Amino acid sequence: MNILVCIKQVPDMESKFKVNAEGCWYDSSDLAWRMNEYDEYAVEQAVQLKEQTGADLTVLCIGPDRVKETMKKALAMGCDRGIHVTDAESFDKDPFAIASIIAKFAEQKSFDMIFTGMQSQDRGSAQVGVLTAEMLGIPSITTIVSFAFDAGQITVQRELEGGVKAMVKAPLPALVTCQLGLNTPRYPTLPNIMKAKKKELVVTPVADLLGVAVLQETLSLYFPEKKGGGVVLEGDSAELADQLIAILKEKTAVLA
Amino acid sequence: MKILLVAECREGRLQANINDLLGFAAKADAESALFLVGTQEELPKFAGTLYLADSSTYGEYNPEIHKQLLLDTIDTVKPDMVIFSHSSYGWDLAPRIAFALKAAQISEVVDFVDGKPIAPVCNAKLRRTVAPKTAVTILTLQAGAFSLAEEPTTTPTVEAISTTATGKIEFSGYQQADIGGVDLSKAQVIVSAGRGIGKPENIAIIEGLAKALKGEYGASRPVVDSEWAEHNRQVGTTGQTVSPKLYVACGISGAIQHLAGMKKSEFIVAINTDKDAPIGEVADVLLIADLKQFVPILTDKILAM
Ligand SMILES: Cc1cc2nc3c(=O)[nH]c(=O)nc-3n(C[C@H](O)[C@H](O)[C@H](O)COP(=O)(O)OP(=O)(O)OC[C@H]3O[C@@H](n4cnc5c(N)ncnc54)[C@H](O)[C@@H]3O)c2cc1C
Ligand SMILES: Nc1ncnc2c1ncn2[C@@H]1O[C@H](COP(=O)(O)O)[C@@H](O)[C@H]1O
Repeated sequence: MNILVCIKQVPDMESKFKVNAEGCWYDSSDLAWRMNEYDEYAVEQAVQLKEQTGADLTVLCIGPDRVKETMKKALAMGCDRGIHVTDAESFDKDPFAIASIIAKFAEQKSFDMIFTGMQSQDRGSAQVGVLTAEMLGIPSITTIVSFAFDAGQITVQRELEGGVKAMVKAPLPALVTCQLGLNTPRYPTLPNIMKAKKKELVVTPVADLLGVAVLQETLSLYFPEKKGGGVVLEGDSAELADQLIAILKEKTAVLA
Repeated sequence: MKILLVAECREGRLQANINDLLGFAAKADAESALFLVGTQEELPKFAGTLYLADSSTYGEYNPEIHKQLLLDTIDTVKPDMVIFSHSSYGWDLAPRIAFALKAAQISEVVDFVDGKPIAPVCNAKLRRTVAPKTAVTILTLQAGAFSLAEEPTTTPTVEAISTTATGKIEFSGYQQADIGGVDLSKAQVIVSAGRGIGKPENIAIIEGLAKALKGEYGASRPVVDSEWAEHNRQVGTTGQTVSPKLYVACGISGAIQHLAGMKKSEFIVAINTDKDAPIGEVADVLLIADLKQFVPILTDKILAM
């Protein structure tokens, strides 16, 4: 069996963001980068499937040079090899273009199972997984919170609103998009981090895989106007506590 | 402009997010038609044509069958835009349609200004205005972003639709949410723990404040996913919806799925180290503080009252 997991590198969401000079994305300097949270669940599930079946597991990431750091984490978690599609402009590509790059790569390798995150934390489109599967002509199931593979078929639970889950089955090859809580992503151990350094990390220029134009553009990126009349308080903890107690006494009945 | 709205039905029940779709149609001031795999028994109120596939024939959501039904309807209606909710139904089906039509899809749209969709970026800390470059555009709408001033009273003109499409994906039933344990919806005060608590032992700090305020403690999803709290304490779209007199969010960033579960609280206090955390959008008071230091001090002061 041949498995692919797609990961994206995203900024830490607690970062202080700035709009870039072109005004259409966030400035990438002075940010701490990490693996998209949803993709950690995708990598973990792919590694578990590899352990179950003895499959070969490839991790793919499209982005500038710095994404190698994030790919190393996936390799240390248990992926066998990395495909780094180098693209300094990946932030400007829409989900359709990103999916077409992944599909072009996957076409040549005939993967039995593809894992992606449900959405990326920065762009949040929740499209790349399903688009990739449609381009490859294979079934896809989104927002999975449980996964099992047996006898050429996957059985998963899709998470719906209000905590309801739908039980769904599909034959391989298939693609699933992974939701938070699907499993418990492992922490790479030191020996595995050392081993990962020796794993193959193939670099492919994006031009070799890109065949489509983007279907949409970001015209402008900006901070939303702060709405509501909320007060912001800062300072010494004891003073803050007194201030808050005074406010709660005045505005709510809970301390009466 | 002509738009096609995609409504949803689950187990014979029309889903409430149809109001977001109708709200969008009103805002865009567009001629609209409605698509639904549902039942004659529960027809939506709508002034226009409803393309209806009978869910007793097509069963619960099946992406491959619904895709074909919708593509056939798009062929008839020839809309400029196809509008979904950003729900487990919408984010699953929309990209399939986007691919079939080679149409630009913009997800989780929060506003529509001068004919341009606006979407959140980075956990709603930023927004972007998007220009689709294709003839047909697909949008999925953030829950609650477009509300309807007045619900229609008209009965739609129903056009029955059908397909012979089949698919490889097989649905085999629902598992309902476990209920039981705490009922947060009855609590007057809820103090919730987010990932900012850092480690499971710190639940005690949050529980301590909740007790001092004679309330219950709740949690955001990562805290529940890490098994630091029970699922029945989760607040949000996939947890409980609450509206206490006081909601205290400790170390919670304020993702839309969390806000959806608590923004109707009467008074909201947020404790966060990040001044720009989106929870500030709904908080009456935002305290910039390290919860591990601040919450125990606050609890002691309240207990000493
Ligand atoms: C389909 C779907 C459904 C979802 N359903 C839900 C749901 O029902 N409920 C839910 O909660 N989420 C849900 N989520 C997840 C949601 O998108 C967010 O990922 C989640 O709410 C984030 O939780 P958090 O705020 O605790 O963590 P984070 O976003 O990581 O935020 C942690 C916050 O803590 C602050 N912080 C850190 N340290 C401290 C400190 N020492 N003192 C004070 N503050 C500190 C940080 O500044 C940050 O703002 C869902 C997501 C999806 C895609
Ligand atoms: N640049 C990228 N490189 C590799 N995978 C990606 C990239 N962007 C998105 N993905 C995958 O697609 C998923 C959904 O992303 P999105 O559609 O942007 O929300 C992510 O969780 C990743 O698994």
